[in-house]
Amino acid sequence: MAGVAVSTTINGDNFEYLCQPDETLLDVLRDRLGLTGAKEGCGTGDCGACSIILDDRLVCSCLVLGAEAEGRRVETIEGMAHGDTLHPLQQKFLEHAALQCGICTPGFLIAAKDLLAKNPDPTEEEIRFGLAGNLCRCTGYDKIVRAVQDAASVMKGA
Amino acid sequence: MNFDPRYSGRSFTSVGTRPIRPDGVDKVTGRARYGADFNMAGQLVGRVLRSPHAHAKIRKIDTSKAEKLAGVKAVITAADLPDLTDGDAAMYDILDNCMARTKALYDGHAVAAVAAVDARTAKQALKLIEVDYEVLPHVTDVDEAMKHTAPLLNDAIFTEGLEEKPVKPSNVTKRTQFGHGDIHEGFGQADFVVERSFKTEQTHQGYIEPHACVANVSSDGTADLWVCTQGHFVYRQHCAQLLGMEASKLRVTSSEIGGGFGGKTHVWAEPVALALSRKAGRPVKLVMTRDEVFRASGPTSATSIDVRIGARKDGTITAAEATLRYSCGPYAGMWAEIGAMTAFACYKLENVKTVGYEVLVNRPKTAAYRAPSAPMAAFAVESAVDELAKEIGMDPVDFRIRNAAQEGTRSSYGPVYGPIGIGPTLEAVKSHPHMKAPLGKNQGRGMACGFWFNFGGQTCTDLNIGMDGSVSLAVGTVDVGGSRASLSLVAAEELGIAYEHVKAVVADTSSLGYNDMTDGSRGTFSSSMATISAARNAIKILRERAAQTWDIPVEDVVWEKGHAIAKGEKYGNLAALSLREIAAASGKTGGPIAGHSELVADGAGVSFATHICDIEVDPETGSTRVLRYTVVQDAGKAVHPTYVEGQYQGGAAQGIGWALNEEYIYGKDGRLQNSGFLDYRIPVCSDLPMIDTQILEIPNPNHPYGVRGVGETSIVPPLAAIANAVSNAVGVRMTHIPMSPPRILAALEAER
Repeated sequence: MAGVAVSTTINGDNFEYLCQPDETLLDVLRDRLGLTGAKEGCGTGDCGACSIILDDRLVCSCLVLGAEAEGRRVETIEGMAHGDTLHPLQQKFLEHAALQCGICTPGFLIAAKDLLAKNPDPTEEEIRFGLAGNLCRCTGYDKIVRAVQDAASVMKGA
Repeated sequence: MNFDPRYSGRSFTSVGTRPIRPDGVDKVTGRARYGADFNMAGQLVGRVLRSPHAHAKIRKIDTSKAEKLAGVKAVITAADLPDLTDGDAAMYDILDNCMARTKALYDGHAVAAVAAVDARTAKQALKLIEVDYEVLPHVTDVDEAMKHTAPLLNDAIFTEGLEEKPVKPSNVTKRTQFGHGDIHEGFGQADFVVERSFKTEQTHQGYIEPHACVANVSSDGTADLWVCTQGHFVYRQHCAQLLGMEASKLRVTSSEIGGGFGGKTHVWAEPVALALSRKAGRPVKLVMTRDEVFRASGPTSATSIDVRIGARKDGTITAAEATLRYSCGPYAGMWAEIGAMTAFACYKLENVKTVGYEVLVNRPKTAAYRAPSAPMAAFAVESAVDELAKEIGMDPVDFRIRNAAQEGTRSSYGPVYGPIGIGPTLEAVKSHPHMKAPLGKNQGRGMACGFWFNFGGQTCTDLNIGMDGSVSLAVGTVDVGGSRASLSLVAAEELGIAYEHVKAVVADTSSLGYNDMTDGSRGTFSSSMATISAARNAIKILRERAAQTWDIPVEDVVWEKGHAIAKGEKYGNLAALSLREIAAASGKTGGPIAGHSELVADGAGVSFATHICDIEVDPETGSTRVLRYTVVQDAGKAVHPTYVEGQYQGGAAQGIGWALNEEYIYGKDGRLQNSGFLDYRIPVCSDLPMIDTQILEIPNPNHPYGVRGVGETSIVPPLAAIANAVSNAVGVRMTHIPMSPPRILAALEAER
């Protein structure tokens, strides 16, 4: 099968790649571009471990084709920190121990960033429903919700 | 080495604080490398062909078409994994589970595998493999499988543990019995008796990271394996044995692990990946899909349990009995045996008897899941205990306090308890504000207790002091939830230096001696014991170097707060030497300074927890909502309290999912119908409330800091606590887990 040439922007940098027409954006990120921060937990859009932001919209990158990234803006976990300065969400996840095994963490951070961009002052219930597309099997979500609440208050004050 | 593991009652500087974990930044920036994040130059993609049948004889496998497909570099079947198990029945089962030899024993059982240049070619090749099956009758239900008329999975199995050796083969591999006293006499003294039967369905550990590995076998007979596992040393032994290698020739590196919960203690794909790599002469990466994870890895037992408990009017239990039937999948296990041991472990009983039956079914081979077998037994027993308290007219907490095991109690599974936490957790629950929170219409409160043995095991740790005075700690227990932070705290505590100067890593199998896997809640318990031992050995050398520097007897040098101090008035003018100063001079005083430890961490203290849960039930739909949840558990000593809380909360959440939603659903054809996270629904963020925790610290006398394992006990009480809450909310005793909306509705309708 002939490859599709794609030109896109990932975390602010221009990227060009060839991918197969049936190849997911998740596979392109992980296998072609070496951006393995997005994880494949299910491949069917049920776990959110592969969450990325595509033109300001939160998506599961396992449900997007690599070819669909043409001319669009992709944000992944690799672009969340600025140099060695962590994003407030990253910092609060560390402080609250909002991760145990950490496999779901990149997806949660991306989803939480998207949530706070749209709703900077969410209630606990809004956080819980906003993050309901991301599965965590280790924490019971308690410390994740607290980390997002704490990050939201820090970001409001900034 | 004369290491004294006894609890010393010391006060702590580092242990008990809550620093940021050493692997944290990598995990929040996406840089941490998990099983599927590793690649090797020239690697191939491995894929596995799986049986679509629950039970079938494999007449013939024709791989010739697949082998001819361009881009296919190796195709293997069981013939490429010859039986080298030498009469070791357990290893033979592992081999057969990795690749079916004569029969496919469950939907999803591996029958062949390919390695190809890319995933598309590998998938195409699987379709070209022709398997000639003779489909056989199957059985997936644990009670059905015990009937004499059930299809036999293995006609060479005759039930062990019966008084008379059976003449006919059976799906029941073993009967076990525990207890003491005379239950007939005990029931004779009872004023009230509760007798009930319970069922629980099969669940999966549900780790978010599918199994993944990269295998690279060289033609010189050496190999490397990168893999997500709870125990890379155990994986090395199993893989080496199955492939006919010397263990030292196989280096296994454990990746970061994306959840295990017991499910990554067994090899499945790894021997297959190694066999593919050996045949292809290239590295092979093998990653399971989620569908494969559900169909072929995990899961727990499904169970069927009968419980009978009798008590006097004053609330004293006089006799307790349980019969427990646990599914094992198609291979012998000891799951019912563990259930039978744990069932009544919370109580002080004069007359108790439990009997376990291990049952073969056409489902995936049962794997450990966090305190394996205990949650189901606790569900049955704690439900009956609640019902009995109600019949007597006692408060369920008071009833349990009256019958709780204590120090000196002979446990129902044999040993006599040392200092234990069941009583204190109950007292803490009794006075917890949660018990006074108001309940509304259709709402109910339930509580339940849980027990887990905990495990210690073989452990090896290296502690190396750099010339700058910083410390490298190499451990062999995989970090499943923050243990590198805990172990760094322990090293800092023992050496008397700051946490920031310790860096803990999980060493590969060629860099450290053997370690048992991270199971039985042993990670922090056993590796902290080995770390303390290693640090004490390093301190001995540090003292020797100081003595040498000062030219005084080493007996006059003590170690305090990170410094060597010359003790005695005659040394009044000698300034203390810091660890850093001694390390800086080490090149001139005898070379590198290190402490090593190899030990069997005996004396893992048993662990108890009591949970409280408030539930609201919608009587129209049968749906439930968890309103409040509280965990009270004994940690012995919480090394990093935040991660201890995390273990409590995570176990509770998994228990909530098990209690309310999660189950394997098999069709009449014996095929799994819900092999994805959409239909096998684990709790999401909006399903749960905050989970309150209370850590009790009743020191384990067999650990220098009093540490007990904390990881598993938290999944034991939830099934029962939630069942008691639902039963209290709707006034109907729930006896079948999960209490999904259809099951609750059916229970309500049966009552009407």
